[in-house]
Amino acid sequence: MNAQDTQPKVMRESKNKIRVDFERTPLLERLKAKFLSVYFLKNVVWYIFRLILLIGIAYVVLFPFLTKIASSFMAPEDFIDVTVRLIPKNFTLDTYKAVLSELGYWKSFVNTFTLSLSCALIQMFICSLIGYGFAKFRFKGNGILFLLVMLTMIVPHQTLQLSMFMTFRYFDIFGIFQFLAGGGITLFGETFLEGVIDIIPEKTKLAEIWTPYGLNLCNTYAPLIIMSITGLAFKNGLYIYMLRQFFTGVPDALEESAYLDGAGTMRTFFQIILPLSVPMMITVFLFAFCWQWTDDFYTTMFFTSTKTELLVKIVGIPSSLKIDYSGQNLYYAAIRNTCGLVIILPLVILYLFCQNFLVQGIERSGLTAD
Amino acid sequence: MTNNLKLNQTLSAKSAGPKKRKIASLDRRKARAGWIFVLPFVIGFVLVYLPMVFDSIKLSFTELKYLPGGGYDPQWVGWDNYKEALLGEYAENFIKTLGAGLLKMLFDIPAILIFSLFMAVLLNQKMVGRAAFRAIFFIPVVLSTGIMESIDAQNILNEYMDSPGGIDDGSGSSAATEIVTALDIQKLFAGMKVGTKLTTYVVTMVNDIFNIVNRSGVQMLIFLAALQSISPAIYESCRIDGATSWETFWKITLPMISPMILVNAVYTVIDSFTTNSNLVMQYVSEIYTKSGGQTVSSAMAWIYFMIIILIVGVIGAICSAFVFYQKRDM
Repeated sequence: MNAQDTQPKVMRESKNKIRVDFERTPLLERLKAKFLSVYFLKNVVWYIFRLILLIGIAYVVLFPFLTKIASSFMAPEDFIDVTVRLIPKNFTLDTYKAVLSELGYWKSFVNTFTLSLSCALIQMFICSLIGYGFAKFRFKGNGILFLLVMLTMIVPHQTLQLSMFMTFRYFDIFGIFQFLAGGGITLFGETFLEGVIDIIPEKTKLAEIWTPYGLNLCNTYAPLIIMSITGLAFKNGLYIYMLRQFFTGVPDALEESAYLDGAGTMRTFFQIILPLSVPMMITVFLFAFCWQWTDDFYTTMFFTSTKTELLVKIVGIPSSLKIDYSGQNLYYAAIRNTCGLVIILPLVILYLFCQNFLVQGIERSGLTAD
Repeated sequence: MTNNLKLNQTLSAKSAGPKKRKIASLDRRKARAGWIFVLPFVIGFVLVYLPMVFDSIKLSFTELKYLPGGGYDPQWVGWDNYKEALLGEYAENFIKTLGAGLLKMLFDIPAILIFSLFMAVLLNQKMVGRAAFRAIFFIPVVLSTGIMESIDAQNILNEYMDSPGGIDDGSGSSAATEIVTALDIQKLFAGMKVGTKLTTYVVTMVNDIFNIVNRSGVQMLIFLAALQSISPAIYESCRIDGATSWETFWKITLPMISPMILVNAVYTVIDSFTTNSNLVMQYVSEIYTKSGGQTVSSAMAWIYFMIIILIVGVIGAICSAFVFYQKRDM
């Protein structure tokens, strides 16, 4: 305050050195001005309010997981003891041991990992191809095709459940597989040329899949892979939309300079555009991988046999844990939740590594509706 | 311009012809490249998806007879499945479930939209531990899907852990397990004349917070991305002109992200319609298994789908009347 009234003193020390002396406001005054203002107070109140709110909602988000974790360590006795809530009294690892050893966890883990990884990689790649095509090329039918992509997202797969199952149970393209296996060609409801060609040797493994009614793709990874390759798998419309928005934001000048240097469209895409879009691709990969990992709609529909071991199918009660007492239902629920926990554990680890990319990818996408 | 070009082309075909054709062919080449990029989808759509949709519609008009050797024989029955769904033995339950499901959806949409927008605005501010909070709020998007949702659907564990007293096998939620009771809210709203309907709505919304938080993850991400894309210069100039944060929110933030509100509303409808916890879809798949793979369920699913499309259309029409598009140079 008083520093403003008096001019700072300038003293010449030597030929080219000066010293400026001015009175600084005392520390106490400065602290008062900083911390006792309405502005600061408002900020503090808002900060505390926001923190409490966020912690509260974070608690709501995490609570289901907390209960799962807590109950997974509880012994059966704890579920009839009314004094036990979130902290187990009789700490035990039996549930984990039984779930991991008796339900075929490791085999299912490997199977699910292969399936999810292949599906997620294919979806990531195919969706970025399609998204790039929609974002950067103006061709006839561009708009209509994009509407069709949205349509595949809007029509729920539950509505198509029956026909989807039938399509892949008797998979065929123009009746080719059917014809080659000795079936006839069906045209306008009439079947002719039946049994002309039969290239499939009988009683082999191939004959089990390749029937005269078409290919039986159930219990193989083929249905999900086919749907991934064609961009029709779960929520692929959303991925295509996200990637399209991202690629629209990439400046055209980048590609133009690549074209000028003699690169084709494909080369430009692989060498210029793809390296740029790594955060976005990782976001899509994370979604695709996790949603495929936990998916139980397609897996229960396509993997009808009990022989195929997948993680979503292991949810059940291990035989060594089967007991008969009053808290049974609660205990069994806890076991099922433990199954869920061990299923998503790999995803949690993946998420911890990738969540940074998730936010980055979304932020850079510049999602806008146009 | 184009006339001129055409004239040039016809007049001096020999000198300018090859050059012109080259320009045209570059355009065409780019269009062809575009087709190559979207080709996987086109092939899949034509060969797999379209037959699938067509089959599904056709199936809803037929009755299936399963052949002993494998395979099935569809028989055309016309509108019978639809009649049975709306008038037959399942009709009463179906219409009741349909009504309840649609009502729930209509109540959920505003709740999810408001919540996700609120959270996005909160998470967009600079503060300590923002990354950690973001990581926590996006957990449900990634983890609480599919099998976890099925496990959580009839989970008695959460209620048990939440309740202070012992409960016997989760035979229903007591007043103590609810986060907020109607009484609290009524006290809060006592002075304001908002009516009991809003009060009960808020109460159900708060008690359904698990559900709402779980389902608003993707919407939160989309809102967050939209908030990031607003230029800080606009906020700066607002602050210089003396606008408060409240005014800035209503006059700048909301109009700028209004296109995203439309997108999110549509997404919420579609999402709520494809999750396992959807009442109508649960009922449809129950009928599917109960009737031994009969096509009544197909007809029901299509009826429901038509209603949803109608709702999406209405929401789109209402929202696009209020959406503000910033003029941008594309």
